[in-house]
Amino acid sequence: MNLLLPESGLLFWMTVIFAIVFFVLAKFGFPVITGMVERRSRRINDSLEAARVAEEAIENLNATKEQIVAETRMEQERLTKEAVGERERIIGLAQAQARQEADRILQEAREKILEEKEAALKDIRREVALVSMTIAEKLVRKELSSAEGQRELLDRLVEDMTEHKDMEVS
Amino acid sequence: MCPDMKGLKHMLIVVLMSVILPLQASEAHHDSPQDSEIDVGEMLFGHIGDSYGWHITDWGGKHVTIPLPCIVYSRQTGWHCFMSTRVEHGHEYKGFSIAEEGRYKDKIVETGSDGEQIRPFDISITKNVCSLIFTGLLLISLVLSAAGWYRRHDASEEAPGGFTGLVEMMVMMVNDDLIRPSVGEKEYRKYAPYLLTAFFFIFISNLLGIVPFFPGGANVTGNIAVTLVLAMCTFVAVNLFGNRHYWKEILWPDVPVFLKFPIPIMQTIELFGLIAKPFSLMVRLFANIMAGHAMILGLVSVIFVTVKLGPVINGSMTVITMLFGVFMDCLELLVAFIQAYVFTMLSAVFIGMSRQEHEI
Repeated sequence: MNLLLPESGLLFWMTVIFAIVFFVLAKFGFPVITGMVERRSRRINDSLEAARVAEEAIENLNATKEQIVAETRMEQERLTKEAVGERERIIGLAQAQARQEADRILQEAREKILEEKEAALKDIRREVALVSMTIAEKLVRKELSSAEGQRELLDRLVEDMTEHKDMEVS
Repeated sequence: MCPDMKGLKHMLIVVLMSVILPLQASEAHHDSPQDSEIDVGEMLFGHIGDSYGWHITDWGGKHVTIPLPCIVYSRQTGWHCFMSTRVEHGHEYKGFSIAEEGRYKDKIVETGSDGEQIRPFDISITKNVCSLIFTGLLLISLVLSAAGWYRRHDASEEAPGGFTGLVEMMVMMVNDDLIRPSVGEKEYRKYAPYLLTAFFFIFISNLLGIVPFFPGGANVTGNIAVTLVLAMCTFVAVNLFGNRHYWKEILWPDVPVFLKFPIPIMQTIELFGLIAKPFSLMVRLFANIMAGHAMILGLVSVIFVTVKLGPVINGSMTVITMLFGVFMDCLELLVAFIQAYVFTMLSAVFIGMSRQEHEI
């Protein structure tokens, strides 16, 4: 069966044609296509990588933001707490001061009252002394209108004075 | 394994067909010798085989044939170049004619002075060569026009669509799914151009072979000379670049010494394996495509063979044959792809095996 016998002419031409086709395509055909597709796939991979990095960065940013918010909140809480403490401290201080002042004022008032009382008492005492003096004067004048009376009084006065002196000595 | 099975099946069918059909035809011939009978076997092998002119059709009792140049070298008279019309239909030109019978049937022979027929060195542009040239040009123009797109565009910015996209898809499919895993990640780039060329050359030849009219229809990849050259290319690619480990496996494999010395049993076996690989590539592609052509031609011939049996049988047979023909054509489309795929895959696997580093 000559179907199974390769023809030399066809062998020759097939070799030539296939060689030409191979060299043309190996030089200008397939490497161009595969190279370009590889370049594109590299670029796609790079883009995906870049997207991934960007996404990560965004996530990081989000985390940072949350952290900042949390920190701010804590700061705010701290500040609020501090402010409350301060307020209480100030109020306390003010109250203490007020109490002190009130005490001081009260003390002063008390002292003043005391002073006033003393003065008033002194005044009253003087008034009483004056009044009694006047009364005494009047009494003395009435008694002195008689000579006997005058003598009696002088005696009594002298007696008193000695009594008084004795008391002082003792 | 599947393609091999298919190949075997095809082989079986074509053998059956080539036995049965000529028998029928010759019986018919005996019945009515006067009728212009169709010799199915002759027609079948005429279509499957090669010819000096490209016979397109018969029109009004005339052959419509594209004449092709014949280039022959005779030992006595040197180089000759003439058109095929000069030697066709029994004509003789400068002592050259196409042998009607004998060893060199349908080939150009030179009749010497003593009446003996000598086969000259024949590198005529036959139908198959013409189809090969057409396939080559078609392939080059297809791939280069796709490659041209990449020159005009920045491929990292945009992806091609349409025709270039199709070519890119096919090329990358073969490149990434076939060559890369078979040859190995490290070296597949070096072999990809050859394997891609082989794939597309076979694929386009197969497809053109299915097209029943000019410029298709030639049985290119179903010709053993064509598949022989393709298999030789793989053979060269495998053995020329085989590494140390590959040659050690052949010349001094890891087997008990008495198996390789003094009688080199293993070496002989390995050497057979070396030849069997490209041989199987050659025969598989040849047999599959040839069988496909023979099947379709055989089916079509049934229409003409049954003409004598009356209009009823002829009509019903025509319908059945048409259905089978459509089925076979679809199958051949599949086979055209599968055989190109298998040839490329096995070539890639053989190359990958020859480049494999020693695993411990």
